[in-house]
Amino acid sequence: MNRRAIFMTLCAAFIPYSVYVYTQGTEASHIRAMSEEARYGQQLFQEFNCIACHQFYGLGGYMGPDLTNVVSSRGSAYARAFLMSGTQRMPNFNLNESELDAMVAYLEFVDTTGRYPADDYQINWYGTVVQSDE
Amino acid sequence: MTSDDDGDDRDMIGLQFLRLGMLALAAGMFFGVIGGFQFLFPEFLRELLFTKTRPLHVSLVISWIFLASIGGIYYYLVTQCKLKLFSPRAANWHFWIFVVTGLAILACYFAGRFGGREYFEYPAVLSIPIFLSWIIFGVNYFKTVFKSTEPWPVYYWMWGTGIIFFFITFSEAYLWLIPYFRESMVREITVQWKSYGALTGSWNMLVYGTAIFVASRISENPQLARSRMAYGLYFLGLFNLMFGWAHHIYLVPSAPWLRSLAYAVSMTELLVLGKILWDWRASLASYQIHKHGNAYRFLFAADIWIFINLVVALIISVPALNLYTHGTHITVAHAMGSTIGINTMILLASVFFVIREELPAEVHSGCSKQVTFGYRMANVSLAVFFVSLILAGLGKGFYGGGSFQEMMLSIRPFLLVFAVSGVTLMLGIWIVLFSALRLINLRLSLASRGAFAAEY
Repeated sequence: MNRRAIFMTLCAAFIPYSVYVYTQGTEASHIRAMSEEARYGQQLFQEFNCIACHQFYGLGGYMGPDLTNVVSSRGSAYARAFLMSGTQRMPNFNLNESELDAMVAYLEFVDTTGRYPADDYQINWYGTVVQSDE
Repeated sequence: MTSDDDGDDRDMIGLQFLRLGMLALAAGMFFGVIGGFQFLFPEFLRELLFTKTRPLHVSLVISWIFLASIGGIYYYLVTQCKLKLFSPRAANWHFWIFVVTGLAILACYFAGRFGGREYFEYPAVLSIPIFLSWIIFGVNYFKTVFKSTEPWPVYYWMWGTGIIFFFITFSEAYLWLIPYFRESMVREITVQWKSYGALTGSWNMLVYGTAIFVASRISENPQLARSRMAYGLYFLGLFNLMFGWAHHIYLVPSAPWLRSLAYAVSMTELLVLGKILWDWRASLASYQIHKHGNAYRFLFAADIWIFINLVVALIISVPALNLYTHGTHITVAHAMGSTIGINTMILLASVFFVIREELPAEVHSGCSKQVTFGYRMANVSLAVFFVSLILAGLGKGFYGGGSFQEMMLSIRPFLLVFAVSGVTLMLGIWIVLFSALRLINLRLSLASRGAFAAEY
């Protein structure tokens, strides 16, 4: 088979595949809309480069803990306390009240998107993992 | 030596990219070492927070991979493939846009001005000149190689694919700027890792294309780059680049079949593993013949690291095992093993191949003891570094409860070994870079004085 034809075939498959990923493949009806406050928190999360040390769904830096479900596992007050004063490992970023509220709102939003690490799942004989909510 | 004797500077842009890349690698490793110690001692250099050292380290090392690949491509197209570069002026623009943007990004990191996302933490506006420089590079590359009247060897395909998919994946990495993507966590994180997974694939195309080019020239066997096997492996790589990325996000609640497809696609790399094992004896025989050449030695080291990293990649791509390895230092071991053990070894092979081509043997063989020492020190250190990360990752993955702080305490001995071996790894690479930079500088200074033709 002609090399150009193979290349073009792969590209032709890649386009609808990408469109699917952008749309139905990542449709998550269980996630509520992000509030303005959470959106601001998301922006702050990026501006302080929190992902250098923390993770969502295990993706990010390993200096600090994964934050995907920090709110449901430890509570919003716990997250807020860390953000307010920092720790030995985490600097105090001197956030004001509205920034603290926004960061906590963002973490609350992330918490509703899924579970990490997976706590209720089944492993198939060929090595795939099915979580209970899938 | 293949340089023209007219002393012109037609191939110097490639060398300038290589020199800049080596400086980026030297600096990137330095920030990596600082970050490694901050992991253990959070108070260490508190003025330069880990939120700064991590992007400094990652951006500089990734810059090295791109700069050295691009430098090699510019150099090989003109000097080795005997093609006339479509626009040397555009190549110069490409270089200076890269320098200015790179300095602006570094300044942002030092000043703590972020706003982007992981791996592209700089303010998003700085992605515009990066796009622009790749457009220049892409046009220059394709306008140059389309002049070739012969069927393309596989490295032309790989370099071209790397450039095209850099555009696509770098664009995808900025889809988060559109609210439709940014406001859905699952969509945002999935598309982000779709782009990162394929971006890695795109730079691997540039690097592996370089590896095949250098290997075919060292062995004086052009068929190496034109065989069915070479094209087969290229298409397998492309297939993985396009559809294999979702092994990064097995636990993100996207459509399950996307992840199952990625699992199946990732397992096709078993074919590459089989090929390496099949060729093992021939590789060893070839090593005995060429082991005194720096370029070949670095390629050989890359071969071993490809094998090791492929085994790790296959293991962590099995979803049932990924449950324990994801989000642990095993992922870091794989990333470091690939960028240092594979990409850096291949690109150093390319640098020494260029040096061999550009300078007479009596000049470049003078530092072989130094290079040998650095080469051995770097590879032994990398092995210790790699194993310590794997052990730290296993410690984290199988940690049975307790707080994050307790878990970190339990893996501290491994992280200490990781940090110390990081220092010796950096020193080993620095020794190699020092020799290479001295020789590249010598060649560039001779060219700038127009003295090359007269002296050699």
